[in-house]
Amino acid sequence: MAANPMTQFEVYRIGPEIKVGAFDISFTNASLFMVISSLAILIIFNLGSKKNSILPNKIQLLAELSYSFVSKMISDTAGSKAKPYFSFIFSLFMFVLFCNMFGMIPYTFTVTSHIIVTFILAAFIFIGVTVIGFIKHGFGYLKLFVPSGVPIVLLPLIVVIEIISYLSRPISLSVRLFANMMAGHTMMKVFGGFVVSLGIVGGWLPLSFSVALTGLEILVAFLQAYVFAILTCIYLNDALNLHH
Amino acid sequence: MFKKLFLYPSIANFFFTNKIFAAESGGMPQLDPEFWISQIFWLVLTFGVLYIVLSKLILPKISANLELRKSQIQENIEAAEKQRESSEAKLKEFDGIILKSKIEAKNIFKDAREKVIKNINSKKEILDKQIDDEIKKAEVEIDTLRQSAPEKINKIAVVTSTEILKKLIGAEVNNSSISAIVDDLVKKNGDKYYGH
Repeated sequence: MAANPMTQFEVYRIGPEIKVGAFDISFTNASLFMVISSLAILIIFNLGSKKNSILPNKIQLLAELSYSFVSKMISDTAGSKAKPYFSFIFSLFMFVLFCNMFGMIPYTFTVTSHIIVTFILAAFIFIGVTVIGFIKHGFGYLKLFVPSGVPIVLLPLIVVIEIISYLSRPISLSVRLFANMMAGHTMMKVFGGFVVSLGIVGGWLPLSFSVALTGLEILVAFLQAYVFAILTCIYLNDALNLHH
Repeated sequence: MFKKLFLYPSIANFFFTNKIFAAESGGMPQLDPEFWISQIFWLVLTFGVLYIVLSKLILPKISANLELRKSQIQENIEAAEKQRESSEAKLKEFDGIILKSKIEAKNIFKDAREKVIKNINSKKEILDKQIDDEIKKAEVEIDTLRQSAPEKINKIAVVTSTEILKKLIGAEVNNSSISAIVDDLVKKNGDKYYGH
């Protein structure tokens, strides 16, 4: 285990192999942590919404603070029109946050360190936002690629750049999260390996580094979930309030 | 044709190089597509369930809780504001009552003082009048006394002079002549009787 820092990202089957047609949908350690994260979110927020006391208890306060945090984030970036998408962005933020945070517990698996997971999320957001944009503005949504106040000579170039930047949104969104999580966990593993190989004499330096990195990674885990959610809000804002 | 010729080999090539990469250095398990379908399936399943339960059951409850608390706090604030206003009004009323009663008390005090002063004055006047009357009466009495005093003195003088004359002369003297002399003396006309 200690030799290769990448083994922590390996997916393996838990239980029997399940096949639907040609597709292998076996329950894996990745699936396990998706289920654990979702269940944790549901349990915490269910407990937090059960009783309504004027003076909230701790778990209710947690649920309500998260609610108002996400609500404020959405209204700040995408305005009041984004209210119908609150549940989705809230679920997205919580899911990514919990997957990131569960990944910080030793011997666990980080769901969001897999490009396929983040890419599916980002692709879904991208397609959804594009569909919303076309529903709201029809073909007028294409004006997004034509910024106002640009000289006509430059316009072809700008439009091409705009289209490329728009199309690269799902890639940048997914790679940002995936690369951050993977790099952080790899680095922690590498420093952990140094602690083992340098032993009791020289292992203290990488150990202290590892401790510091753990703090940093927890920050990154939160920050990347936040960035993921806020970028979703910004894309949604483009689709809802077209003012490029 | 296009697919068969270019796409499939390229995909196979990608997987192949990936496998080689993985074999060489441990590689990135993320790029191994073995469990991609499984991960997509479970992601859609778990995230879908999470989204549905959160949006249908939990988030509306939290939102309702927050709204309820907000409205309740608002109501409480309004109620407190109302009570504050009413208490201020009552305080004003109270101040007004105190002011009024102070003025009333002052008025009562003034009235009482004036009454007392009037009373004293009237009594003083009556007393003054009585005293004046008595003084006048006394003066009148003194006057009458003073007026009647010479006559009495005259009578006494006549009687004593008669007695003295009787003793001196030993004879009865006419009473009326003596009284005439006394009267003359009284009237300061006694000079001619004493030879001055």
